[in-house]
Amino acid sequence: MSIEVKGLTHIYSEGLPDESLALEDISFRAEDGQLVGLIGHTGSGKSTLVQHLNGLLKPKKGHIIVGDVDITAENVVMRDIRRKIGLVFQYPEYQLFEETVAKDVAFGPSNLGLTAEEVDERVREAIELVGLDYDKVKNLSPFDLSGGQKRRAAIAGVIAMKPEVLILDEPTAGLNPKAHADILSMVEKIHESEKNIIFLVSHNMDDIARMSDKVLVMDHGKMMMDGTPEEVFSRGDELKKMGLALPASMEIAAQLRENGFAVGGTCLTMEETADGIAEVLKR
Amino acid sequence: MIRDITLGQFYPGNSWIHRLDPRVKIMVTLLYIVSIFVVKDFIGFALAALGLAVVIAISRVPLKFILRGLKPIFILIAFTFIINMFMIKGEVLVSFWIFSISREGLRMAVFMAIRLILLIIGSSLLTLTTKPISLTDGMEALLSPFKRFGLPAHDLAMMMTIALRFIPTLLEETDKIMKAQMARGADFESGNILRRAKALIPILVPLFISAFRIAQDLAMAMEARCYGSNSKKTRMNGMKICSRDIAACLIFAAFLAMIILERILL
Repeated sequence: MSIEVKGLTHIYSEGLPDESLALEDISFRAEDGQLVGLIGHTGSGKSTLVQHLNGLLKPKKGHIIVGDVDITAENVVMRDIRRKIGLVFQYPEYQLFEETVAKDVAFGPSNLGLTAEEVDERVREAIELVGLDYDKVKNLSPFDLSGGQKRRAAIAGVIAMKPEVLILDEPTAGLNPKAHADILSMVEKIHESEKNIIFLVSHNMDDIARMSDKVLVMDHGKMMMDGTPEEVFSRGDELKKMGLALPASMEIAAQLRENGFAVGGTCLTMEETADGIAEVLKR
Repeated sequence: MIRDITLGQFYPGNSWIHRLDPRVKIMVTLLYIVSIFVVKDFIGFALAALGLAVVIAISRVPLKFILRGLKPIFILIAFTFIINMFMIKGEVLVSFWIFSISREGLRMAVFMAIRLILLIIGSSLLTLTTKPISLTDGMEALLSPFKRFGLPAHDLAMMMTIALRFIPTLLEETDKIMKAQMARGADFESGNILRRAKALIPILVPLFISAFRIAQDLAMAMEARCYGSNSKKTRMNGMKICSRDIAACLIFAAFLAMIILERILL
């Protein structure tokens, strides 16, 4: 399984005075099992791109090929797209609506037309996978859960559809540091067990640098960079021009280097930076 | 998809009509509506329509935009037309089965239809040329004399302002929720009425919850800034009657006099 985007272009309110080019000739490729980080300033077109991947928006030009199916084709069945690609919006807890957590998580899979047994099985699996206790929460109202738990329950609602590509649009926005770390380790766990492609949209460079296999950088509707975290974050000046930052670990290393401490390594995580500094001090 | 709703829409512009004081515009609109009921023949309607046409021309709001506002009430107009046409007895023009159309009925039907159309265009011109905020400011100013009888004029105006302000916010919210549920495979377009109504639950529940959340946040924010309607407040953009407002009043008074004279004399 791979996902390939070719020459994707989208225009908002075409033909009206407030027409704007939201996506311009976007192309990239993600391979099986990759965790892809998508970064960009607010309004850079990340959310528009992500909605195209799920078939919620149709492009003006270009193609999105998932496996061997072109999901931008005219005759494609929406249900097949939704089965292949799961999209978790920002603040997904605002989409909860059912009486119990189990029923809410079951909404997605039952829309796929599965049998009741299959749905139950998937609901249990998904709830456990996001780190909630199935027997404890299944009969609770989703509105009685805590903020972090609500978000987990909402993410479970998408995971239960067993998508081959899972897109998470800022899954940690507005959470406290503990819940933030929990959600990210949950994402890593899902990635490990489901072996799917994960797209992680985030403003947090530390998370992106630490977790991604591949980083995409967007600015003003264009794909500006596409590469490994090492490649992308080595272009710090360009990133800063786009209103983005370096991960804290790389920023520390860069400032130390400027002041004459030759800290080695890529410094994508705090551990690497610490090792680099330790080595300099040992010399 | 749900952004086509044109409730009390404002058409941005900077015409003479746009710049008039909202109080003057509200009063003139109210009196215009009254004048339409004063009229009792077609010459009077011609005068009223001419006056309206002049105002539309000055306001530079495209006619297409105005006529679009008539669409939703087309059924109402058609309904009154048909009822009037068949129900009023008199000299019979055409008759079939149990129905008959009389001369008086036909006249009344056309008469009522014109009256309704003038009414709607006249009042929609007010909202088309006045920003919602100035509209509520104007209403508040006009209602404030009734404060001494216990009418909460400021609160009413504030409620209206908030309601208008949050229409786009709630539409955006609906759009977001719809997309989120569609991503989970929800289907709003197929099935019979019952199925479609049921399909709305996943939208309505989250929408209500977020409406309450927004209301609570807003109340908190207002309270944090010491909002209380019992204290005397001054305005940043106060309303002031200037020469063009007086001119508008005089022109309208002349129009009103013409309508009344037409009724008495003809």
